[in-house]
Amino acid sequence: MKSFGMKHFARLTAAATLAATFIGGSVASATEITFYYPIAVGGPITKIIDDYVAEFSKGRPDITVKPVYTGSYQDSIVKAMTAAKAGNAPDMAVLLSTDMYSLIDDDLIEPVETLATSAEDKAWLKSFYPAFMENSQSGGHTWGVPFQRSTIVQYWNKDMFKAAGLDPEKAPGTWDEMVSFGKKLTKKDASGNVTQWGVEIPSSGFPYWLFQALTTQNGAILANPEGTKVAYNDPKVVEAAQFFADLSLKHEVMPKGIIEWGTTPKDFFEGKTAVMWTTTGNLTNVKANAKFAFGVAAMPKKARGGSPTGGGNIYIFKSKDKAKQAAALAFARFLTTPEKAANWGIATGYVAVRPDAWETDAMKKYAAGFQPAIIARDQLKEAVAELSTHDNQRVTKALNDALQAVLTNAKPAKVALDEAQAEATRILKPYQK
Amino acid sequence: MQAKRTTKLNIHVQGWLLALPAVILLASFTHIPAVVTVIDSFYSTPRGRVPSVFIGLDQYQAMLADPIFWRAFNNNLLYAVVTVPVAIALALGMALWVNGRIKGRTALRLAFFTPTILPMVAAANIWLFFYTSDYGLLNQIIRAFGFANVNWLGDPATALWSLMAVTIWKEAGFFMIFFLAALQQVPPDLYEAARMENAGRFTVFRRITWPLVMPTTLFVAINALINAFRIVDQVIAMTGGGPNNASTLLLFYIYQVAFSFWDSAYAAALSTVLLLVLGSVALAQFYLLDRKIHYR
Repeated sequence: MKSFGMKHFARLTAAATLAATFIGGSVASATEITFYYPIAVGGPITKIIDDYVAEFSKGRPDITVKPVYTGSYQDSIVKAMTAAKAGNAPDMAVLLSTDMYSLIDDDLIEPVETLATSAEDKAWLKSFYPAFMENSQSGGHTWGVPFQRSTIVQYWNKDMFKAAGLDPEKAPGTWDEMVSFGKKLTKKDASGNVTQWGVEIPSSGFPYWLFQALTTQNGAILANPEGTKVAYNDPKVVEAAQFFADLSLKHEVMPKGIIEWGTTPKDFFEGKTAVMWTTTGNLTNVKANAKFAFGVAAMPKKARGGSPTGGGNIYIFKSKDKAKQAAALAFARFLTTPEKAANWGIATGYVAVRPDAWETDAMKKYAAGFQPAIIARDQLKEAVAELSTHDNQRVTKALNDALQAVLTNAKPAKVALDEAQAEATRILKPYQK
Repeated sequence: MQAKRTTKLNIHVQGWLLALPAVILLASFTHIPAVVTVIDSFYSTPRGRVPSVFIGLDQYQAMLADPIFWRAFNNNLLYAVVTVPVAIALALGMALWVNGRIKGRTALRLAFFTPTILPMVAAANIWLFFYTSDYGLLNQIIRAFGFANVNWLGDPATALWSLMAVTIWKEAGFFMIFFLAALQQVPPDLYEAARMENAGRFTVFRRITWPLVMPTTLFVAINALINAFRIVDQVIAMTGGGPNNASTLLLFYIYQVAFSFWDSAYAAALSTVLLLVLGSVALAQFYLLDRKIHYR
């Protein structure tokens, strides 16, 4: 009995091995590439990606794309990095544009221009909005291809503006208006508790990103293009941090303490705040859930307007197999044609990454029916690169911690930012050659 | 003689073969990684083309000078010191209550046990909305009593305590089950004897119940202590360690160093410290369990 079982088992194993060899053999004729992608917004993203892959393989039967959903942005970089360290890197992946320096420093990604060598390829690399390319280039190389990119915009509740005696069609256009509108919009009940806030700027998790809108408006740039130096304690940055804290501590138009990124849209839907700052990626969410008239506006101005960009780029990983890299490039180009960029923007709320995408019929029709989409695009003229340096997450954490200390009134702005600057300089020292 | 030795050898081989699956699993997923972690902590983190080099105790020196490590460590100690006794007291209280002859006993037991069934991430997300400022459940309640709104997770003074409350809520019901089992093991004749002596309820608890559930209390305390140093999911889900590291715990900091900063060698050094903490807790468990605790 026993021996029969063993023999039987052995035979089965042999059969399975044989079958695997045959199946493996038949696929080997096509170049197979793995494509990691995260999901950071609502909607049937997996299905859209699968459809893109199916459409691509119809045009290029010689390439098999294996899409792998890898969770959040953070999960995705963890998976890509660990897979790469185990010698099993994906061929291409969508990861945060700010992950660029980490990927460069670990020698994991290929500069795209070394692969994109034909005249057509070169024209393609020039077709994106320059604001998005700022986070894709460093040291004379292009490391990432803009794919799902966003900026910060302000959403406002028109009904509340009307009730407060403000023009419902006009969002705060300056810092002063943020305060003066905010004071009119902040309401208290009989016992002195605030029932409605003037504005919410989220400060949990990654406060540096929203803060960077304030520093940009105040005319400061947080990091050099090489990603080796930061300017956390620039007087303009300190002033911006002071204003951020003053909104709640001095002017009392924003909730005190840390404002949770995840619940801010809910606060807006529930009528707890009249204005919120959040990503353009939330457009589709707000459109679906706001039961009142709302508007979307560009960021207010101080010395200038502006917002950092955000979101993810396509990276092509280093590989000895040139056929795989060529296949990855072909798929990256397919994902960023004007038609696909428009389609992706409409489906997700991300900003379509190249100007000619906005000339497609589908996009024209969408934008005509949904004005807010154009706001995000037009703000790109004033957008700057999202804060990104070598050892990125550690350097931004120094700023995040400082900001949270300032916002919770634990430290004065100057002191906290001086400390953050010292910490960031220490971390960045090995990269300053 | 020869045959006897062969048999003996056979028994040894058989024994090892039987243990082999467990040995392989334990070694490859627990022991080898732990040893490698300790070794890695004496090397620098490899970056791209720069290989790792032996740097001795540099990582540990950096750790001593790292304010966030100390913050996480102290937060974790406070976390353990608060959550362990409170969870135990609550668990024992609940067990005593549902062990008595009261109406709806099964329903109560189930209610107390429910938090344990929920996955931590789900529970954390529910609590996220309890704690939300303005319209969160907790704020609605305290406002009804005339108190001012509190930004539970957004204020460094309350963030860590808010996380502790979730842990206690989640663990107390689980530990209650152990106490319930222990209470049912207490011989009823002891209680009868106490009744004949006219002992008060407190005396009965102090002289009979408490000493007899002591082994369970110790077991639960050790587990709660280990859990307190293993908490990471609710920190990720609820505060991300903020504001300004006010709710950063050791394991969360290790996760951040390893998978956000990609400083694997420093993460290995931090893990070694955590390993030492957990190891000494486990040692204490064996020592105490073996010597001190049995009521004779």
